[in-house]
Amino acid sequence: MVADLLRLKLLLLRNSFRRSTAQLVGVILGGLYGLGILGFIVVGLVVLGSADLELIRTILVIGGSATVLGWIIIPIAATGIDMTLDPARFVTFAIPMRQLLAGLVLGGVAGIPGIITLVASLAQVLTWIRYPAAAAMALVCAMIAVLLCVVASRLVTTAVSSMTGSRRFKDVNGIVAFIPLLFLGPIIGGVTAGFQNSPGFAAKLADVLAWTPLGALWAAPADVAAGAPGLGVVRLLIGAGTLALFVLLWRRSLSHALVTPPYNAVAKRAGGNLGFLGRFPATPAGAIAARALTYWFRDPRYFASLVVIPFIAVLLFFSGGTTGGAFAFLGPITAFLMAWSISADISYDNTAFSLHLSTGVRGRDDRLGRAVALLVFAVPITLVFTVVPLVIAGRIGDLPAMLGLSLGLLLTGAGLSSIVSARYTYNVPLPGESAFKTPPGTNFMMFAVQFIGWFVMLVLALPEIVLAIVYLVSGDALFGWLALAVGVVLGGVLLVVGLRVGGRWYDRRAPELLLAVSANR
Amino acid sequence: MSSLVPPPSDENNPEAKAGTAALSIRGLAKRFGEKIAVNGVDLEVPSGSFYGLVGPNGAGKTTTLSMATGLLRPDYGQALVHGVDVWGQPLEAKKLMGILPDGVRLFDRLTGEQLVTYAGLLRGMDRDTVVERTGDLLRALDLTQDAGTLVVDYSAGMTKKIALASALIHAPKLLVLDEPFESVDPVSAANIRDILSGYVRSGGSVIVSSHVMDLVQRMCDHVAVIAAGTVLAAGTIDEVRGNGSLEDRFVELVGGRTTSEGLSWLRTS
Repeated sequence: MVADLLRLKLLLLRNSFRRSTAQLVGVILGGLYGLGILGFIVVGLVVLGSADLELIRTILVIGGSATVLGWIIIPIAATGIDMTLDPARFVTFAIPMRQLLAGLVLGGVAGIPGIITLVASLAQVLTWIRYPAAAAMALVCAMIAVLLCVVASRLVTTAVSSMTGSRRFKDVNGIVAFIPLLFLGPIIGGVTAGFQNSPGFAAKLADVLAWTPLGALWAAPADVAAGAPGLGVVRLLIGAGTLALFVLLWRRSLSHALVTPPYNAVAKRAGGNLGFLGRFPATPAGAIAARALTYWFRDPRYFASLVVIPFIAVLLFFSGGTTGGAFAFLGPITAFLMAWSISADISYDNTAFSLHLSTGVRGRDDRLGRAVALLVFAVPITLVFTVVPLVIAGRIGDLPAMLGLSLGLLLTGAGLSSIVSARYTYNVPLPGESAFKTPPGTNFMMFAVQFIGWFVMLVLALPEIVLAIVYLVSGDALFGWLALAVGVVLGGVLLVVGLRVGGRWYDRRAPELLLAVSANR
Repeated sequence: MSSLVPPPSDENNPEAKAGTAALSIRGLAKRFGEKIAVNGVDLEVPSGSFYGLVGPNGAGKTTTLSMATGLLRPDYGQALVHGVDVWGQPLEAKKLMGILPDGVRLFDRLTGEQLVTYAGLLRGMDRDTVVERTGDLLRALDLTQDAGTLVVDYSAGMTKKIALASALIHAPKLLVLDEPFESVDPVSAANIRDILSGYVRSGGSVIVSSHVMDLVQRMCDHVAVIAAGTVLAAGTIDEVRGNGSLEDRFVELVGGRTTSEGLSWLRTS
């Protein structure tokens, strides 16, 4: 039975490569990348063996703890990251619990992250090759640590999935759990600064981690090498005890989950509230704008982009300080990102797009509605994000140039996105999935469109960019006002052109667009 | 009950040409890679008929209906709705049709009421009419209690019903319904049947795909049997079924029945 589950996992892995060539290329590139990282880690671990004991210990404990932590946190942030062996699918096959647990653990190891963790953990044995006793201890600890990673991750998944019965929880969790990841940059920056400021910081951190379940198994070989085998055994017991406890908890929550089908409690609600649909003009374009705007607030995939916007401000504020630097360019940067956000609108609709097709919506109405929904909130945000940093920095004189730059990028980008989304579709997270899930088959094409799109956007906005630069260099207010005029007028013209061209593409290719998005499900 | 649904009057459908078939499919064909999904289908759905399209799984029913309604571009052939070419004048043709596609998502982050309203507004109808008809449709389909619930939280049957309401809102001349009764509870199915019969009596035409033979035999006046992308038989129910039941005739045409003796171990006694 255990072997069957393992074979099932491998079969699923293999079949997932069969779906398309582009996806296979993606998987191979991803595999090579993973292999490269793995090689790097293994070589690093071997070389590390010649360093002094204290350094080996510090690096292994911190690195190992981070690995365990990663296995625990990532499944929460990206619900459904690897549900190929979702326990819920085995509910109807009376599989004995012991065998189900063993099968799921081995299945967890037999994925790409599992293999990388396993190989890297075993490479750690080579690090300790100069101390044979420590190497033996490292081998035992490595096996337990890998099991701990997989079991901890499974425990978290099972615990979370019993909570994620309700759609609302899923929606909120997908976004909230991601916020810490946004701050990963500053956090890593802070930790690095800590290392630089006090050389003993890392060693102290490792000392603390060595007593926690995260780091105990990685510290045990060092204790043996340092001539304290008793201490090493204690650490081994901490790790092994944690594993036993986690298995027990997992077993309990799994047996609970297997007899508790997910239930979505929904309160019946009578109608009467049309929301934006009641406020926008009663035309096809107005209805599309209202629907798209509703989605910006109600679909977690869109809402996540809205939530990120204030964080951009916070991040830039802390990275560059108030007076100059990146924060002064908050308006243009935000405008650029927001304008591009509707470039995959039809991909996000997925097959719900068929309603636009079956009701005979004209291309220009479709394009206009989606662009209006974006501009309704993007214009005010852009204005605030352009004005406020300049006021804080006391550079109010730069306002015309920066406003020209921001509005130019926003309008130009909205026009360009209107063409791109009528021409290209990508694999994006499906409706109802986490906004941050990387869908299968994220292929080369998507990155190509993305980067070429960004490049084209910058080229189209070049006139106001150049004028703004000239103003900043020369300080001649005339160029600032010119940048504003060109930004608004040229941007406006390009928006209209984008809507028209996109509308024509749409009219000609709408059935093909539907066919393309229905391949992603 | 059926009075709650907007009638398919000519004033709602100025594009329709008098004296033409509701839907006329001529030589439609489509291939996906190596597989020929639909291999030259001809169908004539007379105006005012209740037409059933039956066939085994994978017969090409959905592909045919998608091509006939302008959702999937055919490789060959033509589809006319009341004389209007679906692929030549798509916008005019789509005004005449209400479409319930199978296996597509809905804009399910809208409430049921918002979704039907959205469908009406996309059709370019004025707000008052949309609001009035949305209320009527929700009442007729017994969804008033859930009008403010998000469609994503609906059950499968309720989702079908709200999609049907979205297809009816503009009082089309022709309804194209792909598997309208799937997952729908018996009471709602009976309500939907009443609505559709009333709609046909008031001058509309309906084409439904289904694999429930009994339902088609009771409900429809015309039927076409389709398998492996080809029409095997078409005409009035009585013409197609002859003396036997529709189900017997269907099995005879399509073949593939196996005797159940092979599974002797499945018997419990």
